[in-house]
Amino acid sequence: MTAPYARSDEPELVQLLTPEGERREHPDYAFDLDDDAIKGFYHDLVMTRRIDTEAFMLQRQGELGIWASLLGQEAAQIGSGRALRKQDYVFPTYREHGVAWCRGVDPLALIGLFRGVDHGNWDPAEFGFHLYTIVIGAQTLHATGYAMGVQRDGLVGTNDAERDTAVVAYLGDGATSQGDVNEAFIFSTVFNAPVVFFIQNNQWAISEPIEKQSRIPLYRRASGFGFPGVRVDGNDVLATYAVTKAALQQARDGGGPVLVEAFTYRMGAHTTNDDPTRYRLTDELEHWKLKDPLARVKAYLVRNGLADEAFFEQVEADADTLAEHLRSSTRAMPDPDPAKIFDLVYQEQTPELVEQKEWFVKYHASFAAQAEVH
Amino acid sequence: MPQFVLSKAINAALRRAMEDDPKVLVMGEDVGKLGGVFRVTDGLQKDFGEDRVIDTPLAESGIIGTAVGLALRGYRPVCEIQFDGFVYPAYDQIVSQVAKMNFRSRGRLKMPIVIRIPFGGGIGAVEHHSESPEGYFTHTAGLKVVAVSNPEDAYWMLQQAIASDDPVIYFEPKRRYYEKAEIDTSATQAPFPLHASRVVREGTDVTLLCYGPMVKTCLEAAAAAEEEGRSLEVIDLRTLSPLDLGPVYESVRRTGRAITVHEAPMTLGLGAELAARITEQCFFSLEAPVLRVGGFDTPYPAAKLEEDYLPDLDRVLDAVDRTLAF
Ligand SMILES: Cc1ncc(C[n+]2csc(CCOP(=O)(O)OP(=O)(O)O)c2C)c(N)n1
Repeated sequence: MTAPYARSDEPELVQLLTPEGERREHPDYAFDLDDDAIKGFYHDLVMTRRIDTEAFMLQRQGELGIWASLLGQEAAQIGSGRALRKQDYVFPTYREHGVAWCRGVDPLALIGLFRGVDHGNWDPAEFGFHLYTIVIGAQTLHATGYAMGVQRDGLVGTNDAERDTAVVAYLGDGATSQGDVNEAFIFSTVFNAPVVFFIQNNQWAISEPIEKQSRIPLYRRASGFGFPGVRVDGNDVLATYAVTKAALQQARDGGGPVLVEAFTYRMGAHTTNDDPTRYRLTDELEHWKLKDPLARVKAYLVRNGLADEAFFEQVEADADTLAEHLRSSTRAMPDPDPAKIFDLVYQEQTPELVEQKEWFVKYHASFAAQAEVH
Repeated sequence: MPQFVLSKAINAALRRAMEDDPKVLVMGEDVGKLGGVFRVTDGLQKDFGEDRVIDTPLAESGIIGTAVGLALRGYRPVCEIQFDGFVYPAYDQIVSQVAKMNFRSRGRLKMPIVIRIPFGGGIGAVEHHSESPEGYFTHTAGLKVVAVSNPEDAYWMLQQAIASDDPVIYFEPKRRYYEKAEIDTSATQAPFPLHASRVVREGTDVTLLCYGPMVKTCLEAAAAAEEEGRSLEVIDLRTLSPLDLGPVYESVRRTGRAITVHEAPMTLGLGAELAARITEQCFFSLEAPVLRVGGFDTPYPAAKLEEDYLPDLDRVLDAVDRTLAF
């Protein structure tokens, strides 16, 4: 039942930086930024990984209910996230902490969600970054509809870099099996919507390997729906940047949807509740560790003398500072006011909820009164 | 007699049903090697193979829709929906297809499908992992709906559901997965019918009606009330569609007072139906209106607030005070 393609690198995988840190050329995709930008990417990668490891540890210490780790997927997220323009709009799943970082969302807002204080307390419009979507695949339709709106607003194909807008839907390999995702593919192509479907094929949907979702490489799905698909080395931040940038440009220019399959690997567990030793072999993990998305950028910078020890120390120091901030701020995060659950169920409050809230507040107060008596 | 936690009781029931009938299939996301996210199907794929314990693609509509086809072909699929909040992608297949097949084919096409859904809150999960969707399904004619509250019922009711030629939605109280009890697995027959409610604690002052996760809460409330000299009768409904109201009417006629308790939002929840039925049937025995304790009419809140959202022992006792004050 195993499809051999899924574990091997294929020739069609776009790669611009090898695991050893060597630059590669590709006939269709070029990395067009300078080495300083690569140093910036390295900073992003390290910071993102630190947010992830810090949140993971906070979960282990009982500060978070659960955490969905992005370990191993940093390059896919930073590369694609940095390819976005301010006016672009992102529809994430629940694992896009690196993309959130690129959009300027406070990591503490992500942490709050996993701590259970709210369902995501950032303003999606401010950051062009929608709330996390937990129901698998649902966001791909929202992204498509949003893109249809962008199109109707005349923000596609004007050749104005400040105006032309693309929409990105992030999804996992497992998600491609959902009906919603297939419907999103149809709508986007039929209406030529400016949307990029960015699949992080991390090889696993909880315990199910990619073979349980697809018998063909995922990027080839697109052609069946009538739009282009491309597979990129998801652990190569230069390639994910270049490929996503081109896809976004096509969408912004009015060329319709593009599917990007970032071929990567989930190095950690699915979430902190998961136990991957039940279903996957350590060999596989070891194999992918050699392709670590951070190590290859570092190797490139070192091998070409582009960054010195002081640079790497500074990046580490920045990560330490961020980590310390996340730790102390998470512990200090107040529990929400319970009476708030009755507010904002609707824009316009209903009489029933006013009544339920009144009852609840009184009921709560009765305990406080009792406590005083005793 | 062997002891089982509720999740293992379900596992044992699946195992027994699969041994007894080669047409029984288990299907769902991660049910194979992982044994399901709650480990309910642990070890089944190892023993029954990938053709009978099927790791499906990540597609709920696909799971139920293909189960329809398998059922038409003579199989008896037991589908696992990973969490309550993920049943909605399959909702169309369940209410439009599964529920109506028997009726529209005038009984020619049976749907012996069981849909297992871990439901309810109290485990500190993120959004969509703590819902109480039973109302949607009890409102749909053609579906049978049960909710188990303890390991013994979990064990027997699942086997009965699988044996049933009607589609059964089988709700598992996820926060009670680790409740323990003895089960006589050597018995050849279930101690109670599938569609029967049961008095699980006798009392004389007030009747508490509950199911699934709230049964334990109500039993605890009854124990606490006893210390204050109040005698509460607790009925575990067990079956939500069809309802078995005989024991309910009998009890309420004796006590004169009834309180319904569920985690699902109050409005149009099962409590509303129970209150209406009791009012119709027991009007002259009632000393007080039927009271309801339930979740609020809000979306399920973030985990830090679920204790405030969910009915607990105090909320039940508060309602007891109110009904006795009439
Ligand atoms: C509709 C739905 N069904 C099931 C789940 C439970 N679930 C959460 S994540 C997940 C696996 C997702 O895999 P994939 O799409 O590959 O993304 P990844 O988690 O690997 O990033 C499952 C089954 C869900 N969240 N939504």
